[in-house]
Amino acid sequence: MVLGPWWRKNWLRVVVHAAAWVPLVWLAAQYAQGAFLVDPVREMTTFTGKTALILLVLSLACTPISTVTGLKMVVRVRRALGLYALLYASVHFAIFIGLDYGFDLGLLGEAIFEQRFVIVGFAAGVILLLLGITSTRGWQRRLRRNWKRLHRLVYVAAVLAVAHFLWLTKDPQEPLRYAALVAGLLLLRLPPVRRAASRLRRRLASRLERKERREPEAVTAPR
Amino acid sequence: MIGGNVVKIHPSEITPEHIYLSRRRFLKGAAALAAATLAVAACGPEGSGPTAAPTAGPGLVSPSLPAPSAETDELGAALTSYEAITNYNNFYEFTTSKERVADLAKDFRTSPWEVQVGGLAGKPRVFGLEDLLEFEQEERIYRLRCVEAWSMVIPWVGFPLRRLLEEVEPLSGAQYVRFETLVDPEQMPGQERASFSWPYVEGLRLDEAMHDLTLLATGIYGKSLLPQNGAPVRLVVPWKYGFKSIKSIVKIDLVEEMPVSFWMASAPHEYGFYATVNPEVNHPRWSQATERRIGESGRMETLPFNGYAEEVAHLYEGMDLSQWY
Ligand code: HEM
Repeated sequence: MVLGPWWRKNWLRVVVHAAAWVPLVWLAAQYAQGAFLVDPVREMTTFTGKTALILLVLSLACTPISTVTGLKMVVRVRRALGLYALLYASVHFAIFIGLDYGFDLGLLGEAIFEQRFVIVGFAAGVILLLLGITSTRGWQRRLRRNWKRLHRLVYVAAVLAVAHFLWLTKDPQEPLRYAALVAGLLLLRLPPVRRAASRLRRRLASRLERKERREPEAVTAPR
Repeated sequence: MIGGNVVKIHPSEITPEHIYLSRRRFLKGAAALAAATLAVAACGPEGSGPTAAPTAGPGLVSPSLPAPSAETDELGAALTSYEAITNYNNFYEFTTSKERVADLAKDFRTSPWEVQVGGLAGKPRVFGLEDLLEFEQEERIYRLRCVEAWSMVIPWVGFPLRRLLEEVEPLSGAQYVRFETLVDPEQMPGQERASFSWPYVEGLRLDEAMHDLTLLATGIYGKSLLPQNGAPVRLVVPWKYGFKSIKSIVKIDLVEEMPVSFWMASAPHEYGFYATVNPEVNHPRWSQATERRIGESGRMETLPFNGYAEEVAHLYEGMDLSQWY
């Protein structure tokens, strides 16, 4: 299929924006049909929490992926992924205070600030909100160098979100997988590792180029 | 079920009597139960409430207990639906996903089944399932409070554990009772996970085990237990968190030392031996002050000893339950 130049540059953005709404539409449809049979509050809380975490991890993965592959368009969806993580975290929080606790402020104070797993989740949510608000060009200009520093907090949010997941479950297997992912992504941000990654990319790219010059058809053949 | 000239009364009109009867039943035991069953049977058609069990499925535990005799527990809380009870299960032997246990457990073989009862017992003995069903079965409507802060109201069928223990004659050295679940990774895929130490083990102090509320359950809603609920025989200790109520039991031993339970072994700082429901003593990572009643919206406050304080608080006199969590 031949894509126009705009599509060739922006297809990933279109995919991300379309895909990010799918979980929310699915959730609303399930809820409307009464498909959550036994404990809808828990099912919807865990579903939105998991979606928020996955989107957050994907947004963190953008920079390393583009470092290794050299694909600039991956970085261009980073902000959108982060904002969608904020969207799902907000729905998650709304379900918690509205459906679960019925906006009962007496209960909510204790529920949020006296449960270790909620405190860290809440902190992660506050960070995401702060970063969401300051994600615009205007704020970027206003904060100048500090903007980059501020937005490194996204790693703190990810670590807190994983701690939140670890602390709420009796079975650490799944959250530990996310912990490994986030640890790996953090590692990739360390300057030496990062330099090694971009060196690796350059070496791969030049080898590919040489190969292409020597045997042009072999590149597309299955390896 | 009773002669044709009985006036049909709408269930809601007789609720107060149900509550009264169900309170009496668990206080006075089997005698009150018989009366309650008869009285309720005379009041209206069985299973006419919104929570009636589906007609298809497992057989009756006992012909004399065809359906729940009340629609609420003694506090007036409605029974949780059969559908919810049988589709939302913490049973890590199969999977950690509550919604998937029912499916993974559907081919679990519950017959033949044997329970070895021994240890410090004068007359140790192996009970087949048939032998267990020989004990007079009665209905007990209990609240079940999970340590994860959700709860259900379940009409169990079974008999007091005390009667089984009396049969094997505990010796004077016996202080505790230790229970074990079947180990069979071929049928129970969750047991292939090495991060937990199988078998599932639970324990009670002897006086807790001999308490009239402590039940060996063989059924729910008048029907034989389904595998996901711990078939064919499980423990029910309504004033403790759900994980104490061990499922699919194959071994019961009278012992001298406090047994180390599955959860004590897996997270000693989070789960203790006693695990009585206590809104004042939080789990280290989450609050136990409130709970979500399955099938209802919003939250309710958790009651000390899950609402059974009057019956069991004396067992813990002089004990600091924040130490003995
Ligand atoms: C804003 C305050 C937050 C509150 C009050 C909150 C509360 C909760 C609650 C009550 C649960 C469910 C516990 C259960 O019943 O199993 C949960 C689960 C979860 N939350 Fe949050 N949360 C918050 C923020 C976040 C954020 C920011 C993220 C991720 C970016 C997140 C990710 C998750 C995940 C991954 C789960 C577990 C899902 C699963 O069990 O499969 N939460 N949260």
